[in-house]
Amino acid sequence: MSDLDLLYTDVEDDLRSSVRDLVAARSEPATVAALYDGDRSVVDPLWRAIAGDLGLAGLLIPEERGGAGASAREVAVVLEELGRSVAPVPFFTSSVVATTVLLAAEQGGAADELLAGLAAGERTAALVLPLSTGPGDEVPGFAVDADGRLTGSARSVAGALEADVLLVPVGTAAGTAVYSVPAADAQVEPVVSLDMTRQVADVTLEGTAGQELIGAPQGGDAVARALEVGAALLTSEQYGVAQWCLTTTIAYLKDRRQFGRVVGGYQAIKHRLADLYAAVESAGAAARYAAAATAEGDADAEVSTAVAQSFCSDVAVKAAEEAVQLHGGIGMTWEHPAHLYLKRAKADQIALGTPAAHRARLAELVDLPAPAPVG
Amino acid sequence: MTTTDARTVGEDLRQRVADFLAEHDHTTMDRLEFLRARFDAGLAWVNFPEGHGGLGLPRALQGQVDAQFAAAGAPDNNPRGNGIGLGMAAPTILAFGTEEQKKKFLRPLWTGERVWCQLFSEPGAGSDLAAVSTRAVREGGDWVVNGQKVWTSSAHKAQMAILVARTNPEVPKHAGLSYFLCNMDAPGVDVRPLRQITGEAEFNEVFLTDVHIPDSQRLGDEGQGWKVATATLNNERVAIGGGAGGRESGMVGVLAKSWREHPERRGVGQHDKLLRLWVDNEVARMTGQRLRQKLAAGEPGPEGSAMKLTFARIAQEASGMELELLGEDGLRAGDWTMKRPQHVDFTGRDAVYRYLRAKGNSIEGGTSEILRNVIAERVLGLPSEPRVDTGIAWKDLPR
Repeated sequence: MSDLDLLYTDVEDDLRSSVRDLVAARSEPATVAALYDGDRSVVDPLWRAIAGDLGLAGLLIPEERGGAGASAREVAVVLEELGRSVAPVPFFTSSVVATTVLLAAEQGGAADELLAGLAAGERTAALVLPLSTGPGDEVPGFAVDADGRLTGSARSVAGALEADVLLVPVGTAAGTAVYSVPAADAQVEPVVSLDMTRQVADVTLEGTAGQELIGAPQGGDAVARALEVGAALLTSEQYGVAQWCLTTTIAYLKDRRQFGRVVGGYQAIKHRLADLYAAVESAGAAARYAAAATAEGDADAEVSTAVAQSFCSDVAVKAAEEAVQLHGGIGMTWEHPAHLYLKRAKADQIALGTPAAHRARLAELVDLPAPAPVG
Repeated sequence: MTTTDARTVGEDLRQRVADFLAEHDHTTMDRLEFLRARFDAGLAWVNFPEGHGGLGLPRALQGQVDAQFAAAGAPDNNPRGNGIGLGMAAPTILAFGTEEQKKKFLRPLWTGERVWCQLFSEPGAGSDLAAVSTRAVREGGDWVVNGQKVWTSSAHKAQMAILVARTNPEVPKHAGLSYFLCNMDAPGVDVRPLRQITGEAEFNEVFLTDVHIPDSQRLGDEGQGWKVATATLNNERVAIGGGAGGRESGMVGVLAKSWREHPERRGVGQHDKLLRLWVDNEVARMTGQRLRQKLAAGEPGPEGSAMKLTFARIAQEASGMELELLGEDGLRAGDWTMKRPQHVDFTGRDAVYRYLRAKGNSIEGGTSEILRNVIAERVLGLPSEPRVDTGIAWKDLPR
């Protein structure tokens, strides 16, 4: 357990500013809310700008493989900002989760071209697993025949709607392999989602031709690693969501008057906000710790991921629920963006493993075993 | 300071301690003489200025100095025996004292020759500390003090006290206070044990009857007492909430140990609760680590005020759960006899003691409710509580 640096570097601060400016310029709450009414026109231009113009899609990819050679720390900063704006882009699913899977492929192999395309922001990938799959969960594999044709289905897959290539975990006698399938060749059925800013889809393959990128059993390790990194870094997005909820709520309550007084002056409100502030600041430290431990391959990374997931998932939901409640009637409207954050926070709580699932993992990691079953 | 400079400073300091140890043989020297010499060499608290036990160096370097003295087997100043002196009185004297006061009080404070206590709270002035009614009236070159103080730890062992008293009742309450350094052996100081819910008496009530304090022991200007007291209290909150414990520090560590060592105590419904507390404790450790990094980088961290809130909640929940886990053994207490503990260890003694003592964590050094006001107003910028006690002379306040 080393003394990880939990502060932001100047480079990270600059990165944050450029993401914040870009998202502010290209994505407004109203256009994001339109996603819920079926208008997805905000997604593509915003994603192209983030992935291509800012070059963020290749952050995790080493320079020799065409990327920016950054680390989980920088990715976490981007995720904080994307959370703060509930940006409807597949950065997490493609540039974090799918990219981490591909980074396990040997250099000089079939995955190189795809990685280069991802790094350039020209391609977008998604791992075909339910978004709820967490580290350590069993990964159901698709079936493969002798000709490399894949069959199977997965529900509630995030990032598949935006992807042009799907990474498919395939079950073989030797373990899990990872294949790629052009998204156009798969049935990708959009689902009316709790969080339409990260809309999920059901993916079905019926004898679809695929290409093996990572053989078995290394493919299983690659997927497990991607879920671990994804879980660690999703907490930074949750921190960003929570921060928006806290600051927006405080700003509103400094302005809103009832009974002739600013509502934020009532002690019942002040104490709730003080508690929420303490929780959100703590979530920031936990998320930062998980990102730093992941970036440095610290021996403590798994524990810090389970800790951050357990803590930040609930704090983001709490912050969004408090935002709705403390805004009063306006917080319950479709017009106010609070609901966008509530829906993202609640979906994120389930994504990559529930808080309870992460605590169950933690119990094993730190030797606090569950009671023996009775009888 | 660049990293290279910092390393050089650290090495110079190491050499300085080595030279001191070579010149002062603690195995033959009188303990107090050794400690006084260490103070005079600037190696007591290196962040203090030269001439007052320090060298004007970063506070972070103190750890290596203490470690070097400990490694040499040198006697220390028993810091646990004088927490209020070292943690609260000293920084306040340094900030507000005259040269003469610093010269007179800091060295015997640091060496432990004089133990200090804090005469702040009163039966009628708890959270509302500025409402204190202990009066100090000028009489020639002295102040004559009358009143009652409460919750004074170490008063029965202390030779000195920091004291807040009202010197002018005709002005609004914050403006009429002054801050004094009071001799506890002065005639008229009566210390009585205050027994608490654990059965013992860590604290005292202190009755002050015509106690004379020379004006040379007033710290800061007359009427400036609130400002000086605020500096003291800021140091107190840092001391209580800023614990730099490692993983499984504090009450959660006690609870985790109990869980591991006693599989028969484990309950299904308790497992997730234990893990939540473990997570909260670990996140508090990370938050504290980040706070220290921010302070070292010169960024003031407002989350410091939130740390104490979190610490109190975790300690109370974990110690409550521990009793629950104990089952029939949780019904048995260690000892209710009235005692004077030598030092306070929140995680020490038995589970019943831990549960009861933890109740104080959300009261001492600022209640959790007051801290929430502080966070809401000073950190989040929300409006202050409506007040009825501003702009009115203290003597005219309703009470």
